[in-house]
Amino acid sequence: MKITKETIEHVANLARLNLSEQEKEKLTLEMASIISYVDKLNELDTEGIQPTSHVLPVQNVFREDICSQSFDRDTILSNAPSSEDGCFKVPKVVE
Amino acid sequence: MEYEIVIGLEVHSELATKSKIYCSCTTEFGGAPNTHCCPICTGMPGVLPVLNKNVVEYAVKAGLATNCTIAGYSKQDRKNYFYPDLPKAYQTSQYDLPLCKEGHIDINVDGKSKRIGITRIHIEEDAGKLIHDEWETGTLVDYNRCGVPLIEIVSEPDMRSAEEARAFLESLKAILEYTEVSDCKMQEGSLRADVNLSVRPKGQKEFGTRTEMKNLNSFRAIIRAIEAESQRQIEEIESGGTIVQETRRWDDTKGMSYTMRSKEEAHDYRYFPEPDLVPIVLEEEWVQKVKESLPELPEARKNRYISQYALPEYDAAIITSSKVLADFFEAAVSESSNSKAVSNWIMGDLMRILKDKDMEVQDIPFPGQYLAAMIDMIDKGSISGTIAKKVFEKMFQTGKDPESIVKEEGLQVVSDEGALVSVVRKVLEANPQSVSDYRSGKEKAMGFLVGQAMKETKGKANPQIINKILRDELK
Repeated sequence: MKITKETIEHVANLARLNLSEQEKEKLTLEMASIISYVDKLNELDTEGIQPTSHVLPVQNVFREDICSQSFDRDTILSNAPSSEDGCFKVPKVVE
Repeated sequence: MEYEIVIGLEVHSELATKSKIYCSCTTEFGGAPNTHCCPICTGMPGVLPVLNKNVVEYAVKAGLATNCTIAGYSKQDRKNYFYPDLPKAYQTSQYDLPLCKEGHIDINVDGKSKRIGITRIHIEEDAGKLIHDEWETGTLVDYNRCGVPLIEIVSEPDMRSAEEARAFLESLKAILEYTEVSDCKMQEGSLRADVNLSVRPKGQKEFGTRTEMKNLNSFRAIIRAIEAESQRQIEEIESGGTIVQETRRWDDTKGMSYTMRSKEEAHDYRYFPEPDLVPIVLEEEWVQKVKESLPELPEARKNRYISQYALPEYDAAIITSSKVLADFFEAAVSESSNSKAVSNWIMGDLMRILKDKDMEVQDIPFPGQYLAAMIDMIDKGSISGTIAKKVFEKMFQTGKDPESIVKEEGLQVVSDEGALVSVVRKVLEANPQSVSDYRSGKEKAMGFLVGQAMKETKGKANPQIINKILRDELK
């Protein structure tokens, strides 16, 4: 896969990162080398092998549908940089 | 040129579990902001979500009831996007291995049956609620709804009109209610739909470019949005323009939709397997057990009402369209041999009163058995049909049984001859013309005189007795 400056800009935009021109150039090179390192896996023949989504041999971990006390609201809001009227307050978002 | 509309729906339905999908906070609607929250549903670092067992069971029920194949192996994935209604910056959902796929629902429009395909049903978590206040500098966020379990039901693009979309949604809603998978309260957002819509010249095989419309939370809004959007697309094409693939937001008060975001950018969700939640593996035996536990579904119930109670198909379809109404009907016919009358009262007076009072079926303040008791009173002649209408209204006002209402209001039929003779004499005195008409052989005049006597007694007289007295008096 060819990594270009545009690839970096696209990914940075999706991750809401502001990068300087210098950083973009540096990351283009770094990401290209990371991708080519991982590309080595493509040399393996994976024909007929199920994709691995989880590495642990565990499945079906469930909880019963039972309610318990939620947290106190002040505790829930205590990490919020800003809150108002019992709500988290974030910079204004418009759809 | 003639155009064909192509519609696919994505329906989100909140599951009727008591607790949230990954934590034990309540799913109850409303509540003071951020009081149904814990570190898991507010996305604190280091927490470990654990899947609610009933979420899997309810989703499988929905899948089985819509003729889906249930996956033996299924997993959950992270859908990444930044929006403050999701505190984790991703929504836990299912990507390539959903719990259910390849089902269908049969709908009925204008007497014609049509099969609508269901692509898939997957489980996911609901997001929080944003409160936008024009005067404020920021946006407020309430995470009570965050982590409430949802199923997303994706249909094939098989619908060709707003009516078909409506029929599909109504059938789906009835199925989810019957299986008790969701309460489907649209006004509380328990059932919401996104509409994917494109148009193409009639006869063309390829689909046109589609748009996705969000923010539709009533049947009325969905129908209006489909009509407006298909019109917009046709006009755009007719004037030489092209349709852009995008997400649009429907504004129901203005009756218009607006561009929300360009699809390409917004749909780069970079899904990956959720490492904190292990795969779901379902044994065929367990799925079979769930299948056997399914209640009678709307379609089967409709057919049974037609054969067992001889209801017309139209009446049976209306009554079974809501589980609460069908249960009400069933409660009534369990105590009445006159199922035709039960159905007529439901289709007529009951529907009218609900509409007039702007009430839902679940708001009916008395059980179906009371309707049966009232019909029994009519059939036995202890109240007249006219009085029954009054009694029925009173039942809606007070929730009381018909016997008590009749007794308290003094509405029982007067069959006492002595009391009625004086009424009849008064009527004869007041209507000499009708009396002479009758005597000169006009049988019609008798009907008028009976009517006058009934009116005089405010409908309480036994009409047979009145008839008899009148004939005696006119001899």
